[in-house]
Amino acid sequence: MEESARGRIATRLPSPADPAAVLGGGLKRLFIRLPLHIVLIGLAIIWSIPTIALLVSSFRTPQDIASNGWWNAFRLPLNFTTANYENVLQQHGMGRAFINSLIISVPATLLVILIAALAAYAFSWMRFPGRNALFLVMVGMLVVPLQMTLIPVLRLYVRLTPNVDMPILGGNLFGVSSFAGIWLAHTAYGLPLAVYLLRNFFGSLPKDLIESAYLDGASDLGVFFRIVLPLSVPALGALAIFQFLWVWNDLLVALTLLGDPRLYPMTVNITTLVSSFGSNYQVLTAAAFVSMVVPLIIFFALQRYFVQGLLAGAVKG
Amino acid sequence: MIGRRWWAPWLWLAPAITLLSVFLIYPVVDTLRRSLLNADSTRFVGFDNYKFIIDNPVPLLSNTHSAILNNVLWLVLFTSFAVGVGLGIALLASRVRYEAVAKSAIFIPMAVSFVAASVIWRFMYVFDPHIGTINAFITHFGGHSTAWIQNTNAPQTWLTSLGPTTLPDPIQINNLALIIVGVWVWTGFAVVVLSAGLRAISSEMLQAARVDGANEWQIFRRIIIPVLSPTIAVVATTLVIQALKLFDLVWVMTGGKFKTDVIATLFFREAFLIQDFGVGSALAIVLLLAVVPVMVVSIRRFQFQEETR
Repeated sequence: MEESARGRIATRLPSPADPAAVLGGGLKRLFIRLPLHIVLIGLAIIWSIPTIALLVSSFRTPQDIASNGWWNAFRLPLNFTTANYENVLQQHGMGRAFINSLIISVPATLLVILIAALAAYAFSWMRFPGRNALFLVMVGMLVVPLQMTLIPVLRLYVRLTPNVDMPILGGNLFGVSSFAGIWLAHTAYGLPLAVYLLRNFFGSLPKDLIESAYLDGASDLGVFFRIVLPLSVPALGALAIFQFLWVWNDLLVALTLLGDPRLYPMTVNITTLVSSFGSNYQVLTAAAFVSMVVPLIIFFALQRYFVQGLLAGAVKG
Repeated sequence: MIGRRWWAPWLWLAPAITLLSVFLIYPVVDTLRRSLLNADSTRFVGFDNYKFIIDNPVPLLSNTHSAILNNVLWLVLFTSFAVGVGLGIALLASRVRYEAVAKSAIFIPMAVSFVAASVIWRFMYVFDPHIGTINAFITHFGGHSTAWIQNTNAPQTWLTSLGPTTLPDPIQINNLALIIVGVWVWTGFAVVVLSAGLRAISSEMLQAARVDGANEWQIFRRIIIPVLSPTIAVVATTLVIQALKLFDLVWVMTGGKFKTDVIATLFFREAFLIQDFGVGSALAIVLLLAVVPVMVVSIRRFQFQEETR
């Protein structure tokens, strides 16, 4: 509301007393503002075209994709198919990769929130020597580019990999090509930002409420679970969305730590499809769209948290 | 707070401290060490790996010089395009009632992975003008189809066919084509942050300026830009960091071929395909040295933003 009010002020000429201007105002205003609308709507359309091209093409037959452009898809008779999706989900491992992406992202999100919340609680509501220095060191680790850590972590994982399989999920129990290994790595990479954001949020909670809970004999765990976490749902939600999408969309960490194709998340699977089916766009378009479904659902369902989460997380490289 | 044991806080911090020590602190130290050792970390070689980066072209598809130049090109063009276009869209969108819808359209690419974005744009850039959207558009208006991803020449489509065929090193068609993809993804971020900044400019201030006879350009130059400059700096530093750490997009679009390598793709190839941990670690240190100053500025600004909002 506030914005549209400002928008009107921005364009109205300061002569409201002129009756002709008042009468013809609506039409004249529309005319003056026409270039603005054309440029803005034009940009929005240009920005949407690539995604629409992908979506439309993913429902076309391989013959159609290879012979003419996606913009011909709406010529009658319509000829759409879901065969590409059946194909990538079954033949090209995208079904399994979708499940893998979930198996990787959900625990890596929950773990980072739990561990960061514990640490942020200590930084916010407990006194101990070196508190501020330790907090600065933790947040300071945001500066470390992920690439720095990959060689040592991989070497370490190679040494620590047991000859035991992970039950149910598959892969090794720990180390290289293991879900547990990639959960811990993603959790650690997400911690500096998460601790920072949650410490800021916890610090802004009403002090009286928490102190009176202590006086009533509540334990730290009680205060943490019954007061601090419930009050922090907005911050936790934004953080969860950011971390989930970060892990879901990650290529580099998975490419490095997961050598076993059965464990590939969708990003890695699509990358291998690109190198082996570089111009088979019936495969690539459907595969890419499968990987976009979850982020797009989150975007449309939780837009406010989504934008907040991405803004807060943008400092993470 | 009462009767709490001295070790209680450390119990709460233990998981975070353990993970950060293993996955961040130890690796930084170990990478420094390995950057002074040979390929399989068995022999001390001093600064040979760094000399190798500076003096010698790295084998395979590309070399460090062009990779660093490419990062610089990204840094300059990606950042300025995304900030410039983002600012333009934020200003335009603030004047219409369908602001939210317009901004959503621009922001959606932020949701998808760089991998998906790369597939989307490989499809847009297909050489065959019957299939590739961009080339269809260009040939429709009488231009020639271009191999956007492979072409290392200077832009030679109808847009710029008057210029020279080749330009100084990193300025080549495929780098520009990749940068466009980056801009497509990240402009939404710039728009959302800059819109929030614009909202802080009071309508009274703008109205007063107009009553005093200021034109739109003067308002932009004298009011909007000064008030918005801290926000622009936040956006720019974030984008600079993205440009320096860039990996996924180049890896999926070209694999670093056709002279599009950046430091991070070169690092990945050296470290995990060639398995030269010495040169790989040295490249990681180069990346760290490039990122740290910007990151420090970025975190400071971010902290400022958090405190003042």
